[in-house]
Amino acid sequence: MSDDVLVKVEGVSKKFCRSLKRSMWYGVQDVASELLGRQGGHDQLRKNEFWAVDDVSFELRRGECLGLIGPNGAGKSTLLKMLNGLIKPDKGRITMRGRVGALIELGAGFNPILTARENIYVNGSVLGFTKKEIDRKFDAIVDFAEIEEFIDTPVQSFSSGMKVRLGFAVAAQMEPDILLIDEVLAVGDVGFRMKCFNRILKLKNLGTVIVLVSHSMLDVHRVCSTAAVISPGKFCWFESVSRAVCLYEELSLIPNTVQPRFVASPARVGKVQLFDSLGRPCSEFSTDDDILIGVEVGVEEPIVGARLVISVDSASGPLSSIGSPASGFELRLERPQNLVVFRLHNLPLLVGSYPVSVSLSGEQRTEIFDQVIHAVTINVVGPEPEPFGYGFYHIMKLEHGWNQIFPESVKSGWETNLVKWFQ
Amino acid sequence: MDRPLKETVYTPDSELRHFGRLVRHMGQDLLASRELAWRLFVRNISAQYRQSLLGYVWAFVPPVFTSLIWIFLNSQNVFSIGDTGMPYVVFVITGTVLWQTFVDALNGPLQMVSESKSMLAKINFPREALILAGIGLVLFNFLIRALLLIGVMWWYGVPPQDGLVLAPLGVLALIGLGTMIGVLLTPLGVLYHDIGRGLTVATQALFFLTPVIYPVPKAAFAATLIGLNPVTPLLVSTRDWLTTGKASLLPGFLWVSGGTLALLFAGWILYRIAMPHLISRMSA
Repeated sequence: MSDDVLVKVEGVSKKFCRSLKRSMWYGVQDVASELLGRQGGHDQLRKNEFWAVDDVSFELRRGECLGLIGPNGAGKSTLLKMLNGLIKPDKGRITMRGRVGALIELGAGFNPILTARENIYVNGSVLGFTKKEIDRKFDAIVDFAEIEEFIDTPVQSFSSGMKVRLGFAVAAQMEPDILLIDEVLAVGDVGFRMKCFNRILKLKNLGTVIVLVSHSMLDVHRVCSTAAVISPGKFCWFESVSRAVCLYEELSLIPNTVQPRFVASPARVGKVQLFDSLGRPCSEFSTDDDILIGVEVGVEEPIVGARLVISVDSASGPLSSIGSPASGFELRLERPQNLVVFRLHNLPLLVGSYPVSVSLSGEQRTEIFDQVIHAVTINVVGPEPEPFGYGFYHIMKLEHGWNQIFPESVKSGWETNLVKWFQ
Repeated sequence: MDRPLKETVYTPDSELRHFGRLVRHMGQDLLASRELAWRLFVRNISAQYRQSLLGYVWAFVPPVFTSLIWIFLNSQNVFSIGDTGMPYVVFVITGTVLWQTFVDALNGPLQMVSESKSMLAKINFPREALILAGIGLVLFNFLIRALLLIGVMWWYGVPPQDGLVLAPLGVLALIGLGTMIGVLLTPLGVLYHDIGRGLTVATQALFFLTPVIYPVPKAAFAATLIGLNPVTPLLVSTRDWLTTGKASLLPGFLWVSGGTLALLFAGWILYRIAMPHLISRMSA
């Protein structure tokens, strides 16, 4: 293994069982077969079992940071537990080089009746610190957690946010070679979260390998250099975080689509297709591109005054719906088959996956002829977003401009100066 | 960053295939777990009685209560007990204190593991610490109860004998036997709650099959049964050392102690090997 590879995962798989009773029995079987000294894993699935993690392979070098994203129950935490040595893989091999630190549960071993001071020592010991190390780091921990006044209060009277802060403050003292983080940054207030981030980024700069499980794409972008999408039993590795985010959003949006049924309606939405500005079929775009959406509409008899509505969704909710009359466009559905083109100028969307729905209505408000939910998906895969405040982040790139005003005197105020600027 | 990095490999292969390496890891982890075990022990005793008015008095309550019932029943001649060779009160109280210590040790491992489930499932710490901390707690509670023993023996004028120096050995053997059985049952007990419930029932039955409140019977079928009970030689010998000074069941004591040591090691291996499988079954 080359020297700077700290994490090496080769064809790792893990089974899980859906039924509790069977799971208990399989547990007994597994322990028994291990006592008999079996070699290799059980690679056969028993009844009610499935592969929760299936054939995962990757390598991480010093300073690299992997974001693991995927829907709930996709096996992210299971993979992390295997990396941490808490559970054994059923197939494959994991090699970890160096000290492993895990931010999986904050405040492990906290006893609610004991004071914060006592719990710092308990939690620190659980994480592998000696008493001397904790003595030395005690002030730094209390400082980081910002709980000076409550240091001798039982933690049962702490708010959940305070407990998390205390837990993170202790864990933040670790200086591991490999750091595993599972969804712990989603709690705490903004100020504290930024502190946690700074700590993590500092470790990253020191060369710590980080594996981060998160549902926050912002966090993944901020910390990670590469990302992998885990969906049940599948593992896709990406060099670019943006592509991973895009796939993840697409995966998480698909299952929610139930197509409405319209019986005996006089018009139907047919095939919907995406094209680039030159009219070539295309599915991946960049911010600022022009996009063409082609919609086929079939009618039984000519319809006057019909309306098409294009709706764009995102992983964080609906973004925009645009009715054809909005730009004064008049749909003329005179033939049995009609082709309609919708053009989106200077795509303002940033990296992510944006499903497009198409609906067809009549002249009256209540006349809905047809609707195709998530007919196509606009995948925006570039440019890489910039989550640290030097460029664009989140969903949209808004048209804007900046200027600075140097007034002759403060008294002249905003009005005159603003007017000047606009001229 | 130039220090050599420790390499850890995880595969599905059984750890028993590399027995030497397994034993080395066990030794390393045992050493590494001392600090944490001590911390958990301190946590448990400080938290144990903090939210209570009577505090450490609760360590005395179960043995005192049991003893009082038997003393009362005996004084009323509800049942007849042969010659105990000492005041019955001393006999019963030493018996119940030692019995309680055995039971505490027996329940310790499963209890500690069940209480620490979420920690076990999320953090990789030396698992030996839980067992050690449990033993520490049993020992601590015994020492508190020892104060009660000393008081009672002084009150009834039972003089300390030479054999008293061997009594700690007897207590350790009792704790060892309880821990050994407890550790062996832990993997199954974590998976099936039947074990925990069954243990409570079995302990109650075993109480009557152990010479806690009566002396070792000389004849009858019960004598054979009681003689086969591994707790018998340990408890009786330890009580003898505490009171008369001369252990009456010494060969049995040595046999059971030796067996306990061997099985304790086997239980330790089982505990280690079972842990990853238990964790993957305890939480998705």
